[in-house]
Amino acid sequence: MKTVPLSELAVVIRSKNAGPYELTLDVLFKSEEVYRFLKSIGFFTRELMAELYGLPIERIFHIIYFDPAAAVKCTLQRPVVSGSPGDTDIYGAQQHAPLLDLKVPAREA
Amino acid sequence: MNEDEFRVLSPTAILGYGFPQESFRKGMARKPHLVAVDAGSTDPGPYYLGAGKSFTSRKAVRRDLEIIVEAAVGASIPVIIGSAGGSGALPHVEWTRSILEEIAAKKRLRFTVAVLHADISSHDVLAAFDSKRLRSLSHSAPIRREDIRSSTRIVAQMGAEPVWKALDTGSQVILCGRCYDPVPFAAPAIREGFDPGLAYHMGKILECAAIAATPGSGRDCVMGTLRRDGFELESLNEQRRFTRVSTAAHTLYEKSDPYRLPGPGGTLDLTDTKFEELDGGRVRVSGSRFVPDLPYTIKLEGVRLSGYRTICVAGVRDPAFICRIDAILDSVERQVIEDLGIAGRILFHVYGVNGVMGAMEPEKDSVPHEMAVIIEAIAADEEDADALCAHARSTVLHCGYPGRISTAGNLALLYSPSDIPCGPVYEFSIYHLMEVEDPLQYFPLELCEVGR
Repeated sequence: MKTVPLSELAVVIRSKNAGPYELTLDVLFKSEEVYRFLKSIGFFTRELMAELYGLPIERIFHIIYFDPAAAVKCTLQRPVVSGSPGDTDIYGAQQHAPLLDLKVPAREA
Repeated sequence: MNEDEFRVLSPTAILGYGFPQESFRKGMARKPHLVAVDAGSTDPGPYYLGAGKSFTSRKAVRRDLEIIVEAAVGASIPVIIGSAGGSGALPHVEWTRSILEEIAAKKRLRFTVAVLHADISSHDVLAAFDSKRLRSLSHSAPIRREDIRSSTRIVAQMGAEPVWKALDTGSQVILCGRCYDPVPFAAPAIREGFDPGLAYHMGKILECAAIAATPGSGRDCVMGTLRRDGFELESLNEQRRFTRVSTAAHTLYEKSDPYRLPGPGGTLDLTDTKFEELDGGRVRVSGSRFVPDLPYTIKLEGVRLSGYRTICVAGVRDPAFICRIDAILDSVERQVIEDLGIAGRILFHVYGVNGVMGAMEPEKDSVPHEMAVIIEAIAADEEDADALCAHARSTVLHCGYPGRISTAGNLALLYSPSDIPCGPVYEFSIYHLMEVEDPLQYFPLELCEVGR
């Protein structure tokens, strides 16, 4: 199947704390069609995110599609609580990079 | 007041982040019923609650507040400040109050400040623990007695009810300790009979000011107009506008679940929310609902001291060192702890490898030509942290390793002094819900006059 990097399809790819214990990843798509296609095939799964971030699946809490913004959100457990010894990103704002090159199936024309 | 409309001016995303005076002036010309501003966040981490300090500077907060307070006094409308000083505990509230006193003296103003405190004693939290009134948030670990006993400072997020009580006093400024972020924006309108779902959702967006507009900014003013059946958002700077997507996208921001946003006393349900674009860069939002919870819960935030930190910043450029860095640093950590017999932790943050993402970094095989190494030592007191950091630094600097040809030193130290004491280190100990019988119970009101 033909694939494209997620960064070509998205207008926003970001990460941020959702409180000190959770990290939340948002992808906002450029096109509603692409968003609806990926939603319809259930492309984003907890398994996919667990693999991408090298985390056990129980650390990936949920995937939520948000139609009003043509967006998908994934919330996961921070490996280290924000600001505790060993944390590397207090605001959680630079944990999105693995999503940029994620290979996404291109929709058949 | 036009009873079908409640206008709220939000000057900036965080008190102290600043705003253009022109945007603020345009906002005041629209005759808002309220100026509200959020000062708080847990995003900067546990240190600020622990140390009783603000993550914004005194000068920046004074600048913003001076403009806001002088204009609001002139227009006879209230100012509500949420989560004073960033963390909203007693030292943060007192810090903000002292800034208000400076402003009153400088501008020859005299006004009443209603102060709402949000500190909660470990005694009260232990009592709640014993009567099983504490609950974990969705995914945080269950709380233990030890977490409560070891906490050095605890605050609770207040809901709208304490702010209603403060509004009853007719004070010019309402200075809130830690509160649920939308409350300063929403509480007065709910008191006037507006729909709480719409009021809280508008507050959720206004508390970040122009971050929800496009291009976004944390330092620009926004006007929210609440009506009976929806609310409108409008940028007060021509260079920005609200769009359907910018507004909807903000609903995702920093939230675990964009459809259900839990807060004190209830949950904001956005399942049926509609976002519509209007002319003039405005957006109309409708359909948001507030679903009350029983029993009423408030969120607690507590921190404890985890030690003292000293760091050393260095770079490495030698390929033989770089390709063995993991093994070298592992052996140093063991040696240093053994040599000194100090209980503590040594952490190496290696930028260029996984300094940003740690264990979650997927790119494990790339080898950069240079790296930054931050040596971090944490121990029970400053002296031990300094000792661990110094010993780790000198050991890495001069250690031998297979294939070494650069025998004068392994690190490019960035500074003299090379080691930087960072002071106390705190960690979150409590981030849980507490059931309360009375939403006012833990948020005492204090009235004070400021100005000559």
